Amino acid sequence: MAPSFDTLRDDNFDEDDFDVDEVDVSDLREKYEVQLEQGYDAFVVVDGLPEVNEEQKPKLVKFLLKKLNTVGKTSEDLIFMPMGEDGKSLRFAFVEYSSPAEAAAAVRQLDYAPLDKRHTLRVNKLTDIDRYGREGRVDEEYTPPHIDEFQEKEHLRSFMADPSGRGRDQFVMFRGESVGVFWANDKEAPENIVERPHWTETFVQWSPLGTYLTSVHAQGVQLWGGASWTRQKRFAHPFVNLIAFSPLENYLVTWSNRPISIPEEGHPMLSLDDDGKNYVIWDIETGKPLRSFAQQDVQPPAVDENAPKKPVKNPWPAFKWSADEKYVARLNQGTSISVYELPRMNLLDKTAVKLDGVMDFDWAPATVQRDGVKTYEQLFCFWTPEIGSNPARVGLMSIPSKEVVRSLNLFNVSDAKLHWQSEGAYLCVKVDRHSKSKKSMATTLEIFRVKEKGVPVEVVDTIKDTVINFAWEPKGDRFVIITTTEPVAPGAVPPKTSVAFFCPEKAKGNAVGNFKHLRTLEKKNSNAIYWSPKGRFVVIATVHNQQSSELEFYDLDFEGEKPEAEKDFTANLQLMNTADHYGVTDIEWDPSGRYVATWASAWKHTMENGYHLYDFKGEQLREEPVEKFKQWQWRPRPPTLLSKEEQKQIRKNLREYSRVFEQEDNERISSADVAVVEARRHLLEDWYAWVAAMEEELAEERAYLGLPADPVAELLKAKTAEVAADGEEQIIEEIMEEVLEETEEIVQ
Amino acid sequence: MRPILLSGHERALTQVKYNREGDLIFSTAKDQQICAWFAHNGERLGTYHGHQGAIWTVDVDPTSTIIASGSADNTIRLWEVKTGKLLKTWDFPTAVKRVEFNEDGTKLLGVTEKRMGHLGTIVVLDIKVDVEAEQSDEKALTIVCDESKATVAGWSYLSKYIIAGHEDGSVSQYDGKNGDLLYNLPVHELNQPITDLQWNHDRTYFITASKDKTAKLISAKDLEVFKTYVADTPLNSAVITPKKDYVILGGGQAAMDVTTTSARQGKFEARFYHKIFEEEIGRVRGHFGPLNTVAADPTGKGYASGGEDGYVRVHQFDKGYFDFMYEVERERQNKLAAQGAGN
Repeated sequence: MAPSFDTLRDDNFDEDDFDVDEVDVSDLREKYEVQLEQGYDAFVVVDGLPEVNEEQKPKLVKFLLKKLNTVGKTSEDLIFMPMGEDGKSLRFAFVEYSSPAEAAAAVRQLDYAPLDKRHTLRVNKLTDIDRYGREGRVDEEYTPPHIDEFQEKEHLRSFMADPSGRGRDQFVMFRGESVGVFWANDKEAPENIVERPHWTETFVQWSPLGTYLTSVHAQGVQLWGGASWTRQKRFAHPFVNLIAFSPLENYLVTWSNRPISIPEEGHPMLSLDDDGKNYVIWDIETGKPLRSFAQQDVQPPAVDENAPKKPVKNPWPAFKWSADEKYVARLNQGTSISVYELPRMNLLDKTAVKLDGVMDFDWAPATVQRDGVKTYEQLFCFWTPEIGSNPARVGLMSIPSKEVVRSLNLFNVSDAKLHWQSEGAYLCVKVDRHSKSKKSMATTLEIFRVKEKGVPVEVVDTIKDTVINFAWEPKGDRFVIITTTEPVAPGAVPPKTSVAFFCPEKAKGNAVGNFKHLRTLEKKNSNAIYWSPKGRFVVIATVHNQQSSELEFYDLDFEGEKPEAEKDFTANLQLMNTADHYGVTDIEWDPSGRYVATWASAWKHTMENGYHLYDFKGEQLREEPVEKFKQWQWRPRPPTLLSKEEQKQIRKNLREYSRVFEQEDNERISSADVAVVEARRHLLEDWYAWVAAMEEELAEERAYLGLPADPVAELLKAKTAEVAADGEEQIIEEIMEEVLEETEEIVQ
Repeated sequence: MRPILLSGHERALTQVKYNREGDLIFSTAKDQQICAWFAHNGERLGTYHGHQGAIWTVDVDPTSTIIASGSADNTIRLWEVKTGKLLKTWDFPTAVKRVEFNEDGTKLLGVTEKRMGHLGTIVVLDIKVDVEAEQSDEKALTIVCDESKATVAGWSYLSKYIIAGHEDGSVSQYDGKNGDLLYNLPVHELNQPITDLQWNHDRTYFITASKDKTAKLISAKDLEVFKTYVADTPLNSAVITPKKDYVILGGGQAAMDVTTTSARQGKFEARFYHKIFEEEIGRVRGHFGPLNTVAADPTGKGYASGGEDGYVRVHQFDKGYFDFMYEVERERQNKLAAQGAGN
């Protein structure tokens, strides 16, 4: 029992028998003892300085200090420059920074930095000099580094050559705990290429050109590829959550919500510098980390004091790549955009691009050749909200010049979303505007024609409702929006939506006319737009919806008759087919634009998980319920190597090619049919053979036992006799069923 | 054709049985009565009163003179079909989950539940198919299932074997005379109980249904698995159709989960598969709860299903059912016809 106030005895207060010396405080002492001998982690050694005498020394120190202070804090007192016996400096200096982190930054950023024209700084950690530079640590004699024998890698693009010669596409399927890669086989069951249980712990992902399959584990990320599906690379980022490839798959960004903690004994790939970081950017070829970054807590800027604080969300991808991978940039919300140059991962011009209030940015997805611009550039767009009396602004920035080449001022902006067309020819900024009273909302679309002279901006402001989804036609100039009357509250039954198609008017020559509203489909439930990667076809779908799950397949270049009212438009819209996939959560086009896979993932709900496969016309090819179906992903293909002319040539001769392929298809199908029929015939024969044998055996056994052939015939006869003898019960009921008319129709 | 809806039960159906001529249907449910129906119009012939608990099972002898029933009140009872008179009651320590007559109606087996320290057993009773006769009190045979309790059991041809399906997904073959265990094979997925076992017309092979979402066609002689029918839902019942080479499977989401899923989700449909090619050929909707039992008319004209929803649905097959044939089947039929004509 714990002592209470009433039961306290006097001796509880008696401090006399308490001997202070007896208390063992060694553990506490150990914990709190002041470390007099600080580590040398905060020290760096700067080499490559010019030779100076005592007089020139303070000048040099001052000059050097300017450089050194760009990465951390140090002062004249903390620079020690030893002098030689001849009164001249020994061309190096010890520098103490205020923290080991700054010293690390100095090594990373100032090593090889030019001091002046003739001198280049070499910066090393003092501890490194101690570790590697001591006598005996380095061999006196030069031994050439061991270079491994060249080993031929497997052809990583062998997957492009379908062994069946049909140019099928591959896809990966993750269900239960097993991951399999398959050839898509039209109507037939997909052909398995490789199947591995527990291949990944959370999800799988293809690299953007389809070279690698990524598996994600608690220890990090692994890349797989080649014909034998061997491991190509490993990136040990502990507890990685998300990954993103650069567009040409030379770099990989990994993110974990847990800051990296480097254990005492070190880490095979990461160094102490990476401690506490969340993002790592890796070079895929070497498998080495380029640079790591800590997470920024993104606080939504307080536009409205009364507005409820939104939960902090980490935008993903946090690092966005320019189309040629020369730059990668990160948004520092509300202040600036940091642009890093590859492959060194240094900050472009050593400063971030200051943009007050910046909310979002996005790189052009392709290298754009602007009219009249000859120099190399990459473009990104950004937008800033209204701050005070300054209007909101959408801008287009050119890198590396950091020049804003086009900007647009806007008022009453609540939110804006940036949508690039896949070739970077157009940028659509979806602007949600509120009325003065902030009670009603409306959306306008500001479309930048990036490739035209001066980047003209066109406004589409005929939309009355809120736009919840927008999608450009890939490689095209048409787009689809989905609007709804009220903003969608999570959880509630979503209101009806409208789907609107837009396309340019017909114009003279090669010019693209003004964007016009083509058609609107009212009273839909649709909430998602999936364009074919080749353009022209689009699937409008309702996903993540308990009540409805329709898929609608549209053709925008329908070859049939065109309505008179739409003759000036560059599109002819036609609904080709509708389908329904209950509980569909995800939809993906294959890279060739021939098939559409839809699936209900067990990650989202557990009802009727599985996939459907449609062709581009919306005809269902396959339907397969799979328990614990999680993920489907088509393997991307690298861009074609054929020139424009060659492609045109193929398109011209398509009829001839298709004749050959169709013949092959027919032969294959008919031979498969023959095989099926043959197999069935076998089954049938086997079965009836067994039945006949069994019947014979039974009859023999019966005869042997002296039993009648039919076990109940006798009994029934007896019973009939008994009932008939009674004579009383002779109710005979006869049911007559008359067929009045019977017609048979054969529906083709 | 429109099915006939038999709505005489107040609770979930447990078993539906046709008599040999296919003109009578007997049904049992968790309410405490057995119903007898005319198959052709759904009129109720009568009920059999006496059980004090949910009734799990019923069977009728080949001459439609007597029926036997097994119940949660730990009894097997014998009734006269015509009058509804209770002829005999046998008491057991636990509930009776399944009863079945052998091919000539002289023997009856009963499967008793494992509960309260009692192991599951299969008992055999000698029966005199005569409403006047005194039935024996003694059990002719008792088989104790100490490995895994039997959930279903039945008599093979000539009453040679007793075949039992177990809770662990295995099937056993016992000697019909002395009850010796001859074989025990894991047929279904481990620990996925077998929920039903029904025979073909001469009892040379049978079909099992299991919670592992499959039904299997198995030979009685050597327990060879011929065919496997894969469904997308746990199965409660399976039956082989006479005349046509089909099987009918019934099931659906477990009753306890039903309230949390929509009817669409529950998959409360009777599924038709081709017996030989194992391919699904059709579904019949209608129940709004899982199908607990399906039975086929021995004359091949129809089938009946009993659901958790308390209804029995009696279907007469349409012309399409009889006409449907795979190309190879038609080929075989033509060949046989040609031979017949030749003779």
